[in-house]
Amino acid sequence: MRRILAILLENEPGSLSRIVGLFSQRAFNIETLTVAPTEDASLSRITIATKGDDKVLEQIVKQVNKLIDVIKITDITDRKHIERELLLVKVVAMSDKSRTEVKRITDIFRGSIVDIGKQVYTVQLTGDSSKLNAFINTLKNETEIVESVRSGCVGIARGEKALRV
Amino acid sequence: MTTQLFTGAEMVVKSLSALNVKYIFGYPGGSVLDIYDAIFQQDEIEHILVRHEQAATHMADGYTRATGEVGVVLATSGPGATNCVTGIATAYMDSIPMVVLAGQVASSLIGNDAFQETDIVGCTRPIVKHSFNCRSLEDIPVAISKAFYIANSGRPGPVVVELPKDILIPQNKGEFEIDTNVKMRSYNPTVKGHPKQIKKAVKTIANAKKLVIYSGGGIVLSDSSELLTTLVETLKAPITNTLMGLGGISGTHENFIGMLGMHGTLEANKAMANADVILALGARFDDRVTNNVEKFCPNATIIHVDIDPTSISKTINAHIPVVGQVDVIMQQFLDELATINFIPDEEVLTTWWQQINLWRSVKSLSYEKSGELIKPQNVIEAMYEITKGEAYVASDVGQHQMFAAQYYPFAKPRQWINSGGAGTMGFGLPAAMGAKLAFPDKHVICVTGDGSIQMNIQELSTCLQYSLPVVIVMLNNRSLGMVRQWQDMVYGGRHSSSYMESLPDFCKLAESYGHVGIKIDHLSELNDKLEQAFSIKNRLVFVDVHVDEKEHVYPMQIRTGAVDEMWIKKGVKA
Repeated sequence: MRRILAILLENEPGSLSRIVGLFSQRAFNIETLTVAPTEDASLSRITIATKGDDKVLEQIVKQVNKLIDVIKITDITDRKHIERELLLVKVVAMSDKSRTEVKRITDIFRGSIVDIGKQVYTVQLTGDSSKLNAFINTLKNETEIVESVRSGCVGIARGEKALRV
Repeated sequence: MTTQLFTGAEMVVKSLSALNVKYIFGYPGGSVLDIYDAIFQQDEIEHILVRHEQAATHMADGYTRATGEVGVVLATSGPGATNCVTGIATAYMDSIPMVVLAGQVASSLIGNDAFQETDIVGCTRPIVKHSFNCRSLEDIPVAISKAFYIANSGRPGPVVVELPKDILIPQNKGEFEIDTNVKMRSYNPTVKGHPKQIKKAVKTIANAKKLVIYSGGGIVLSDSSELLTTLVETLKAPITNTLMGLGGISGTHENFIGMLGMHGTLEANKAMANADVILALGARFDDRVTNNVEKFCPNATIIHVDIDPTSISKTINAHIPVVGQVDVIMQQFLDELATINFIPDEEVLTTWWQQINLWRSVKSLSYEKSGELIKPQNVIEAMYEITKGEAYVASDVGQHQMFAAQYYPFAKPRQWINSGGAGTMGFGLPAAMGAKLAFPDKHVICVTGDGSIQMNIQELSTCLQYSLPVVIVMLNNRSLGMVRQWQDMVYGGRHSSSYMESLPDFCKLAESYGHVGIKIDHLSELNDKLEQAFSIKNRLVFVDVHVDEKEHVYPMQIRTGAVDEMWIKKGVKA
């Protein structure tokens, strides 16, 4: 089952590699991983989307927590939470028809066209991972995808719950 | 007034002094020459020059296992540091606190494939508790004091500190300040057990009909054998130890039913399999204990006390987990038992002990003593008699290790020093040297085999240089005994690369290093010659005992079976 883990850790050299190393060393799965410093530059926030049964998940959470750099880890999957991912996708937009279709689909998904080339449009879309998947599948039916990049998901709990020091 | 300024190299030594370090085990090289120069100019810390960096790590490890003090290793960059990898992994697997100071090329060269550059922090990442890259002078005391704190608290383990050459050289100086009272927001190991879990555990223990206490290395690491003994005597329960936990309770205590697991006693494994409650104290349900996890102790309620939450329910599901320091938790158990006015139910105990004594009567450790061939078990028993069970025994890895674990009942924790988790051949001699350094007046034995000893035999030279007269007892069977045993049992007797041709004359070899060599190849001379070996106090004695090369280690769990499915001798199932 897919789980989303939020991790708060010291923003030190090597702390990301310890997380990544742990996942490969213990044969845990990483679907996506995003990392950036927080508003407090001494801290980094990681969101990992992973898969595994309850026993594996328990080990992932405990093993990550055991790393000296890690301050907190929480599994936000079962709580009310907001999950977002950013997609940038470059598609062929040569004919009037394909330009119109790309524009129309982008509007429906509430994305935006952020760059236009002679033969391509670049579209930006945010949403949860399944929305991004749906958008890509729809686009594929209308035109050719030249290139795409996804940020991997970031997540945060709804309401007063907060992951902080 | 001008403040005194120090070089990074001086800061390294001053930091170690501030942390009461007595010995550094190491080997010099280009990137750490400044540290060696600083060591030369002081006399608070003694440096022990080994002959190979792997031995430095094992020697520091043996010193730590014998004393409880954190061992310190110093190695140069590149091959010096990578030679430490096996020793770091060994310490990691057995949760031994260790600080490894590794040199590194100058910061400006890092990443350039410079001479003797290796990313040692990267190399060791999966086998350390933590590591530090120092990048400035100010980092040095902070990293070293944190390294000691991390290595020696919570579940202990090795910590690597990387020191690039440019922050060690005389041209760079700075003020020295060290705070040995470390606090970290991201690292706060749990000490006390949760009161609710304590109550729940004690209630379960008090109502048990067939309780077994299963204790491991955590008891040794936390120096809590007295508490454990009190708990055992309060509960009047049978206790078994893991390989790492031997000495946690006296091997001759009447409640001790032997080691459990792959080469454990029948009574220990039977008691586990038939228990209704298992109290695991500082042990981690290793695969060498459990055998097939699917068949492991199906009727038992498992109470698992461990300082490391990841150990709990990793291989075997714990019904009542208690996270914290095992010594503190055992005291909490004793307090709670007193609160509920616990009195053991004699009737229940009698039934349980009658059953256990029936398994004991099988005498699963008995072996055939016939003919002129020396049985390896017999050598360990003789060694036990001569040293009155009081020696520190450092072991290598293989059949001799299991024989030592089975036939030398350890009275106290820290007497038994072996590579349990990693199973590192070559560990024994340097580990024995570390113990001898700490306890020069005690008997320190290295039990080894003709395979293992050759993996760090160069340290015979270090022994002479620093007067470390350990007694090496080598069970020489002219083969890699444990490998051969598996080949006999599982691979149709095909002895692929498990024999040792062209063995040296070990006695002459020992003599050439300036030591005493004693060869024993007749049973009739075993006791006399061993006694002679142990009577020589000021010189290292290398005892080369030619033992029966066909002997197997029994009892032995049957692969893929339950914990108590065992061979008790060749072709005989329990």
